[in-house]
This record gives sequence, C-alpha cells and structure tokens, in this order.
Amino acid sequence: MRPFSWRFLRIWQRNRDVFFRLWHSEGVGAIIEPILILLAFGMGMGAFINLEGGQRYIEFIAPGIIAAYAMFAASFECTYACYFRMEQQYTYDAILATPLNVEDVTAGEIFWGATRSFMTGCIILAIAAAFQLVPSPWALLIPLVVALSGVMFSSIALFYTSLAPSIYTFNFFFTLFITPMFLLSGVFFPLTGFPKIVQTLSWIAPLTPVAKLTRGLFQGEFHPEMLLSLGIIIFWSVVFFCITLVTMRRRLTK
Amino acid sequence: MAIIIARNLTKKFKELTAVDNISLEIEEGECFGLLGPNGAGKTSIIRMITAVSPVTHGDIWVMGKDLKRYPREVKAILGVIPQMDNLDEDLTVIQNLLTFARYFAIHKDVAYRRSLEILHLMKLEGKRDSRIEELSGGMKRRLLIGRGLINAPKIIILDEPSIGLDPQARHMVWQKLRELKAQGVTQLLCTQNMEEAARICDRVAIIHQGRIVDIDTPQGLVAKYMGSQIWEIDLVSVERDSIISELESRRLEFEEFSGIIHVFSTDNKLIEGLPGTARAATLEDVFFKLTGRSLVE
Repeated sequence: MRPFSWRFLRIWQRNRDVFFRLWHSEGVGAIIEPILILLAFGMGMGAFINLEGGQRYIEFIAPGIIAAYAMFAASFECTYACYFRMEQQYTYDAILATPLNVEDVTAGEIFWGATRSFMTGCIILAIAAAFQLVPSPWALLIPLVVALSGVMFSSIALFYTSLAPSIYTFNFFFTLFITPMFLLSGVFFPLTGFPKIVQTLSWIAPLTPVAKLTRGLFQGEFHPEMLLSLGIIIFWSVVFFCITLVTMRRRLTK
Repeated sequence: MAIIIARNLTKKFKELTAVDNISLEIEEGECFGLLGPNGAGKTSIIRMITAVSPVTHGDIWVMGKDLKRYPREVKAILGVIPQMDNLDEDLTVIQNLLTFARYFAIHKDVAYRRSLEILHLMKLEGKRDSRIEELSGGMKRRLLIGRGLINAPKIIILDEPSIGLDPQARHMVWQKLRELKAQGVTQLLCTQNMEEAARICDRVAIIHQGRIVDIDTPQGLVAKYMGSQIWEIDLVSVERDSIISELESRRLEFEEFSGIIHVFSTDNKLIEGLPGTARAATLEDVFFKLTGRSLVE
C-alpha cells in the first residue's frame, strides 16, 4: 500500500466544481427523496403507529433517514459516478498523466463521497429542525458522524467499483447490499422485534451502527452501544480505505 | 544533450512481451517519432516514459531524473497528449484547462492567464465556455494539445496526434507542433502515419514486435533501405510470368504485392525497357520493408 498525498484535494475540488455546475440535476433529486420518505412515512404511516414512551414515529425515523441517505449519497457517488469517470470518460487516465497518482485519486474520490454524505445529512437535519422534530442539541454532532460514515460507505463502494467488471454489476451491490441494509438496519423500526440472532447479525451491516449513533445523538440519550458503534464505523473505514488504495492501484496501472 | 534516456527497457504483460529490451536517447529540442504497426509496442513505450505504466525491466531518465524514484517530478515537466479523447466532459473548455492546471499546482492567476493564451494559440477563444460535447473532432484534438501545454512543458509526448482528423485539421496540428519545436519544446510522438513522421520528425525509430529495427532521419532511412526511387509495374497491363523471368534474368531486387511489382534499383540501365513507371521512394516503403506487409490483428 502506498500513501496518498495532499494532492487528493485536487480531485475533491474537481468534483466540487462539477457538482456546483450541475447541482440542479445532481443535488435536488438526492434531497427531495429523503424528505418525501420522511414526510410520507413519518406523518402518513406514523399516524397509525404507537411507540413506547409516546415518541412520535417521525421523530424515530428522522435520524435513521439521515443515516440511510448519507449512505446512498456516498454509495452512488463512489459506484456509478466513479465507474463512469474511470471507464467511460477516462478522466482518471488524464489525471494520472499529471503529478497526481492513483492513491491521490482514490482518496479524493472517497473524501468527496464523504462530503456528499455530509451535505445530505446536514440538509435533512436542517429540514427536520425546521419541522421542530429535533429534541436534543446533541444532534449538532450528527453531521460529524455522517461525514465519518461517508468515508466508510465511500470506501466500501469504491472498493466494489475497483473490482467491478461492468457497470451492470452495480445492480448486485445495490440490491444485495445497500437495499437490505436500508430496510433491516433499524432505520424504519427498532430491531428488537427480530430474533436475537438477527439482531446480532445486523451489527455486521455498516448502516446499523450509523443509525444507532445518529438516533442516540438526535434524542440526546447516550448508551454504551454508541461507543461500540463509533468503533465499528472507524474500523470499517480504515480497513476499506486501505484495501481500496491497493485495489484501485491494481485496477488503474497496467 | 539527451533529454530522455531509456536503457534496456522491457514491458511484459503476463506471457506477452510488449517491449523487448530497447534503448534510446532523445535529444533536447528534437522531434522524435516512434513508427510501427499495431501492437509493435509504441504505446507501451510511451506509457512507461510518462510514468503511468510500471517498467518491468530497465531504466528511464527524463531531464536527468530517475523516473522510478521521481515519478511525480517527471510527470510535472511532461505534457502528455493522449490518442484517446479524455477531456473532462463534466467541465467547460476553460474549466478543463483550469482544472488541469490545478493538478499541476499552478497558481490560479497564472493558470487563468495561460489558459487564455492556450485558447488563443489553439484558435479556440470562441469556445471558451462551451461544453466539450459541442466541439468538433478537430477542436477536441486542439484542446487536448492545449491541455498538454498547460504546465509549459519542456517535453511533450503525443500518441497519434493527428489520427481521425480531416486534412485541414491535421495540417493545423502539424503546424502547431512545428511552432512548438521552434520554441525549443522536445517532442516524442508515436504514429502510424508515414506522412506525419516524414514531415515533422527529425528522427524516427522503426519499432517492430517490441524491438527497435533502426533509428535514423526519415531521409536517411529512405536512402539506406530504398535508394532514391522505386520502379512500379502494374500487373493488370503486363503478363506476370514473363515480366518476373525478365526481372530475374536482369538480377533485379523486386517485391510483388497486391498486383503490383516494386523494383528496387537506382541503376537506370538495368531498368531500361521495362514496362511501368518510376516514383520517389517514401518512408512507407521503408516501413513495409522492415515490418512486413502482413496484417497485424
């Protein structure tokens, strides 16, 4: 494994420039969907749901939606978008002829994916706050958690991309990995209804610790599981970041 | 002084040896061409010299810097113009130049000034804020060349600079390359276009199956392998067997392909009385002689 340098920032800047040039098509869609889900499930379905302690359902799912859409933002960025730059537009070939190397490109893409998570998380949080759904000031720490989770999800997604033989293989990534996580990581309902074994297994899914952490901060209720969650997120981030530096170099240097 | 030195350069892909122990020196200020059929190893050589493809064996120095130890520093002084259009389609014309300048850590003000100069040089001022997909093929190639100049390189490396261009655009590209050479920019290019090699290259290396067959000036190669002229006999108008026995009896060196016989001789007395016409020998004749006429798949 070779280290990346400060030059990763050039990739980040490139993606930022493109994003702000195309924000109306890239950004708006990514924001409207979580808000629709939040309102439809939170208010519509929530009217029929009674939670323990009299908590409103929309308050329950808001931190989960933040976690899940942070995951989506990073995952789309580091799968389809990166694959397109790599194999269709040959953007990386052009960049690798400059002083940047593969590790700079990899780190730049991962940190940009994390930035997308951060932006998505901040906007949903701001909207939840505007609807007066945020009970605790500890929620101000959620953007940090979301940014860190963004590094984790971007690294996992780019790792998959570095091995993907064609753009169609991302279907597997989303239907077998991302969507099950979206549904079974405690975003929409607590996992306590599942058998013990399923609850334990769900810790393997990287979205579970993120949802636990954002929910704890959102409510301002702390419990030891949150520390474990933070540890798991950092662990997966470091592991997949490092592996991806290696697999991207393999993919891009022949 | 040699500005690029390659020693015993080898590139292997699993079983295939794409570049087989070649050595070459490129002088400062010259335009050096790598000429060879598909799969000869031209692009592999270029990819190694531009530090995008790892060297299997051998060494490369660019302006005295060991490429293996200082790949970033070497890449910073090269201008690379690829064969394939890899302009950034998510950005406008000027953003392509400015973003590329940032990869080279060029200061914003300098980058902006230089980008405007490049647009002027490449006659793309009117396309400043256009999207890449709005450009014609010739404009894209000019922008690719312009982008390769953003770091004011001492050496530019071009892979098939005029491929796929119409004659007007091709001549404009050649003119730009001549202007750059006049400014002292060293050029290394690979090409399959004989006219291109003959017109703009000071020296040419003929590459075949990963090896250098010969290196010389285009005129030198023609004189060495072909002499000044070729006598062409079209077999449509003459009887094949009788002309061949006639050539053999005169002990002339000749070659037959695609219904035409080429007679290689500068001695007019030996040719006298033969049907056919004389034409000047070209680099293409040398190319065929050294790399064969069979198709490379």
